[in-house]
Amino acid sequence: MNPSAESSQPAITYLNHETSVMSWLLTRDHKRIGVMFLVGVIFSLLLGGIFAMVLRLELLTPGPTLISPMTYNRMFTLHGVIMVWLFMIPAIPSAFGNFVLPIMLGAKDVAFPRLNLASFYIYLAGALLTVFGMLWSGADTGWTFYTPYSTVSPSALTPILLGVFIIGFSTIITGLNFITTVHTMRAPGMHWTRIPLFVWAIYGTSVIQVVATPVLGMVLLLVSMERLLGAGIFDPSRGGDPVLFQHMFWFYSHPAVYIMVLPAMGVITEVVCAFSRKNIFGYRMIAASTFGIAFVGFFSWGHHMFVSGQSTFTSGIFGVLSMLVAIFTAIKIFNWVATMYGGSIDLRVPLLYVLGFIFLLMFGGMTGVAVATTSLDVHWHDTYFVVAHFHYIMVGAVLMAFLAALHYWWPKMFGRVYPERWSFLAAMTIIFGFIVTFLPQFLLGNLGMPRRYYQYPQEMQWLHVLSTAGASLLAFGFGLIAVYLLWSLRYGPVSAPNPWGSRGYEWFSGSPPAPHNFTRAPSFEREVHDYTVPEAPRVY
Amino acid sequence: MSTETSPWEDHFSGPENQSHAAQLGMWIFLGSEVLLFTNLFVGYGVYRYYYPEVFAEASRHLKADWALVQTLLLVTSSLMVVLAVHYIRQGRQFLTALVLLLAILMGVGFLGIKGWEYWEHWKEGALPGEYYHFEEIPEQGGSLFYTLYFLLTGLHAIHMLVALGLLGWLAFGAVAGKYTAGYHIPVEVGGLYWHLVDVFWLFIYPLLYLVE
Ligand code: HEM
Ligand SMILES: [Cu+2]
Repeated sequence: MNPSAESSQPAITYLNHETSVMSWLLTRDHKRIGVMFLVGVIFSLLLGGIFAMVLRLELLTPGPTLISPMTYNRMFTLHGVIMVWLFMIPAIPSAFGNFVLPIMLGAKDVAFPRLNLASFYIYLAGALLTVFGMLWSGADTGWTFYTPYSTVSPSALTPILLGVFIIGFSTIITGLNFITTVHTMRAPGMHWTRIPLFVWAIYGTSVIQVVATPVLGMVLLLVSMERLLGAGIFDPSRGGDPVLFQHMFWFYSHPAVYIMVLPAMGVITEVVCAFSRKNIFGYRMIAASTFGIAFVGFFSWGHHMFVSGQSTFTSGIFGVLSMLVAIFTAIKIFNWVATMYGGSIDLRVPLLYVLGFIFLLMFGGMTGVAVATTSLDVHWHDTYFVVAHFHYIMVGAVLMAFLAALHYWWPKMFGRVYPERWSFLAAMTIIFGFIVTFLPQFLLGNLGMPRRYYQYPQEMQWLHVLSTAGASLLAFGFGLIAVYLLWSLRYGPVSAPNPWGSRGYEWFSGSPPAPHNFTRAPSFEREVHDYTVPEAPRVY
Repeated sequence: MSTETSPWEDHFSGPENQSHAAQLGMWIFLGSEVLLFTNLFVGYGVYRYYYPEVFAEASRHLKADWALVQTLLLVTSSLMVVLAVHYIRQGRQFLTALVLLLAILMGVGFLGIKGWEYWEHWKEGALPGEYYHFEEIPEQGGSLFYTLYFLLTGLHAIHMLVALGLLGWLAFGAVAGKYTAGYHIPVEVGGLYWHLVDVFWLFIYPLLYLVE
């Protein structure tokens, strides 16, 4: 990294033009809101991570190790709830999307800044309610809240259901805001074919958020009704149908996995271009496949229900539809690789995470195709195989992209650089630690280890020990990142306005940007990431 | 609230842009509201298929005549809201407030009828879930019908309360001179929300009261 003072920073930035606590809490600046979301999701990641570590430690021995079985049930529920709803879903769109999307479009802000701030507080309220619920009495249903157990579970599930319901509103509002922003706030010259692919990814994600989240909200409300009124909708003893819950739940929650992974793919596209110093290969294909994924994502929920008693024919259809997702994903992977091919590769930390992403996504995606095959899934359903599959994608891939984004945009957000060697070490630790954690879980699942079990037979111990060892490495890697990033906030060398020499449009603004993003309106005369023309004059 | 600040926000490129954004945002929100109700509609469809006779019988037991009155009230109120938009575009603030008030009165009338209906159900024990003890219709299916009935109409009523608050606020703003022929985005967008409430009812009404 070569921090240089070649061009001076704007003196007044979004960070220093007002500094009181109130100016942050009441801000309408999308950048500050993005930073607040970033703090929120990182805190959630930490909380969820602590639970995960306790779970892994418990599984170190076949019998009881640390905690009681009941505590174990509560911990995996909270781990799942926090990771999925408080971290994964808002992580990239609400934090980085908020920060860079308007800048990439050349806008001063999102379309509805006040709503944007509200979205943060709604998230906060939902998160606090969820945490309150778990401190009060916990929940033991797993993050999927399956009925009929969730309607009778003695733990106080209702505050958690409502907490997640409230967070859903935050998601809807953010999505609505982004869609409107893309449609109405583009600067002159920013036509649809110039929109950076990260923005396309966030746009596609927002569509899913707006369409799917209300369905989830209602189904959570129905479970609460079930608990409060004995409503009977999912209760067979009152003539209701518990499988209906699964349909409604997965109608949201399958697309929800694309709410997590599409923004991640958007990040990857930006980072690949920046460090291969080439424009993306197949802009249109990448944008189109985003919508392909978003679309078929709505028609594959039934692959979670292969063993629920639905007809073999239905299962077959859902299986095939699910596999279509893999095709659209493959298009993206080929395009990233094609972009790197022949590019002049600059292997910085963000790109390292991209390589981790591509590798883990392929592994996760291909095991996805495997579990989408009915005959195989009957064997693997609800085993550690599924746990490994979704962790490969959700943790392996999405978290990689999150870390890539964090490292790529860190200088943009805070105007400082972090120590390169330490960040390399952390990245290697995390990728390696991840593989050691989750690869054994495929084997465990194949051996028949069911998910969400507190005990297991002696023969499986070595695989569990391996997995716990990997988890410890992961935790160490995160600790490292936390230390050097916090260090760099204060002591890190001041970054150049564009330390990577990237041609992404967001670098048209200063690093950190001025309060309204630009001191002079940017002009978009070249394609995004066009390295063949001389750099356009800077505008911050 | 001070009215000194200009209603135009400076991160938009101009009034037209701001109006476009507001309308689009509202339409997206309306779309997601429609999807919020879909679970209940789907649930209704599924259980109607499971318990066709019971559902038909329960449906006949509701007060369809009064529901027709409600429908007329709501449709007329929607017309009033259309007029409000029409008048504010011409800058006639007093007339705007007047028709908005009329719309509010009709909405309140609607909710009054609904409340009375609820009261009748309460007396006969046609209540959701485990509180169901209505003798005339068998519990299997019957309690589900009333659960869905209360959820659908209840959720609709909650939306109406919100929408009524919104209309009240708009009427107040119109009298206070906040909206003019040049600036009437809130009236248009708020009006859209009222139409949504109306349209929901146009689905709920036939589904619960009319389908045999
Ligand atoms: C792209 C990102 C993906 C993510 C984030 C993801 C995430 C998940 C998650 C969280 C679960 C577990 C749900 C639970 O708790 O029960 C799961 C299960 C499953 N996934 Fe994926 N998945 C992805 C891609 C795919 C693909 C591409 C396919 C098919 C080609 C697929 C097929 C399945 C199947 C069949 C199951 C159910 C397995 C079972 O319960 O037996 N997934 N996935
Ligand atoms: Cu799925």
